[in-house]
Amino acid sequence: MTLVRAAIAIALKDLRIEARNRTALLTAVTFAVLVQLVFLFAREPGAVRLGVLAPSVLWITLALSGLVVLNRGFLLEREHAALEAILLAPVPRSALFWGKWLANTALVAGVLAIAFPVWILFFNVVPQPALLGVLGLAVLAAVGFTAAGTLFAAMTARTRYAELLLPVLLLPFLIPPLFAGAQASVRLLAGRPFGELAGWLRILAAYDVVFLMLAALLFPTVVDE
Amino acid sequence: MSPPPVIAASGLVRRFGAVTALAGVDFTVQAGELVLLLGPNGAGKTTLLRALAGLVRPLRGSVRIAGRDLHAEPDARRAVGFLSHQAMLYDDLTPRENLRFAAALHGLDAAERRIDDALAAVGLASRADTLVRGFSRGMLQRLAIARATLHAPPVLLLDEPFTGLDADASAELRRWIGARRDGGDTVAAVTHDPAELWPLADRVVVLQGGRVALDEPRPADLAAFRARLREPRAA
Repeated sequence: MTLVRAAIAIALKDLRIEARNRTALLTAVTFAVLVQLVFLFAREPGAVRLGVLAPSVLWITLALSGLVVLNRGFLLEREHAALEAILLAPVPRSALFWGKWLANTALVAGVLAIAFPVWILFFNVVPQPALLGVLGLAVLAAVGFTAAGTLFAAMTARTRYAELLLPVLLLPFLIPPLFAGAQASVRLLAGRPFGELAGWLRILAAYDVVFLMLAALLFPTVVDE
Repeated sequence: MSPPPVIAASGLVRRFGAVTALAGVDFTVQAGELVLLLGPNGAGKTTLLRALAGLVRPLRGSVRIAGRDLHAEPDARRAVGFLSHQAMLYDDLTPRENLRFAAALHGLDAAERRIDDALAAVGLASRADTLVRGFSRGMLQRLAIARATLHAPPVLLLDEPFTGLDADASAELRRWIGARRDGGDTVAAVTHDPAELWPLADRVVVLQGGRVALDEPRPADLAAFRARLREPRAA
C-alpha cells in the first residue's frame, strides 16, 4: 500500500510539473513531427513508396521522441537535489521507479496521441481498423521501453553527461521492441492473418514483463549512493 | 545505565572508488543532544551524515535510528528530518504543493492542517500558492525547514544548512535549531563554520581521514579549541 501510494504521488507530481511547464511534451512532440518530416523529405519519391517507409518511421519516431521524455524525467529531480527528499521518505526505493515509469508512460502516450495522427497524415496511411491495432502495438512497446528507459535515466541522472549517455545506453535495448513492433505493424497494415503477428506480439509482451521486473529489481541499487 | 542512543552508527565503512570516505566510524548521539561534526574537507563528515539519513549505503557497519536499522527498515526513515544547503524542492510547484508531495510520501494524516501550520511557522503562509521559482535563498531554506519537519521527526540531521544564507536568515535558522533542541529533538550537524552552532552544541566530534579523531563535550572556548586542533599531535 505504501509503495502504491508513493508511486502514484510521484507520478502525479511529475505530471503536474509537466502540465505547468510542458517542457518534455512540447519538445518531444516537436521532435516527433520533425523526425517524420526528415524522413518524408529525405527519400527519393520514385524509389521508395511512402507506404513501405511508414511503419519504420512510426517506430523510429516513437523511440527518439520517447528518449526526450525519458531524459527529462530525472533531470527535474536535479533542481535543488529534489531526488534526495524522495530517497529520505519512508517508502521503498522501488516506489520511485514505479512512479517515474507511470509518469513516463503517460507522457509517451501523450506524445503518441499527437504524433500518430500526424504520421497518418504525412505518410498517406489509409484510414482502416488495423490502425487501432498499430496504436495498441505502440502502447505495448512503450510499456517496456519506458521501463528500461526509466532505469537507465536513473543511472545517468547523476552524471555530468546525462543527456548524452542515455541514448547511447538505451538505444541498443530498444532494438528488440522496435524490430518486433515494426514487423507486427507491417503485417497488420497488410491485412495478414493474426497467426503471423502472434510471435511478434509475444516478443513485445515478453520484453515488457522482463524489463518491468528487471528494472524494478535493479532500481534500488541504482539510486542508492 | 544510560539510555540507548537515538542515533547509533557502528563500524561504518564507505569507499567511493579508491577514496575511503568512512574507515570504520562509530558514532552515537543521545536523545536531546546536539552534536557538531567537524573536520577538514574530505574527512567524511557529509558522508557520515548522509549514511545516518539513509542516503548513502555503507559497505560495512550499521545505522540504527531510535533502535531501528535504517537500511533494513524503510519505515525507520520516518524518525529523520534532513536539512542541507540544497532545498530539495521543485521550482514549478507552489510551497503548498511541495509540502503536499512530502506529506503523501510520508503518509501523513491531517496533511492540510499540518501544511498550514508548517507554512505559518516558517512565515510563508502568504506565499503558499505562488510558485517556488523566484524564491530567495532564505525563503527556499525556510520552506526546506517546513519540508524537513512536516512529519515531526525527533532526529534532525543538518548538512551545512547555513551555506548561502545572509546574516538575518542565519540568525533565524540558528534560533530555529535552538528551539528544536530545547524541545527535545536530537540533532547532528555538519558545518564548516562551528561558530554558527557552537553555543548550542553539547558535544563535538572531529573526523579525520574517515575516522573519529576526537569526541568530547563542547569546550567553552571555540578559539582555544581551534588552536588545539591545529597543534601537531604528540607521537
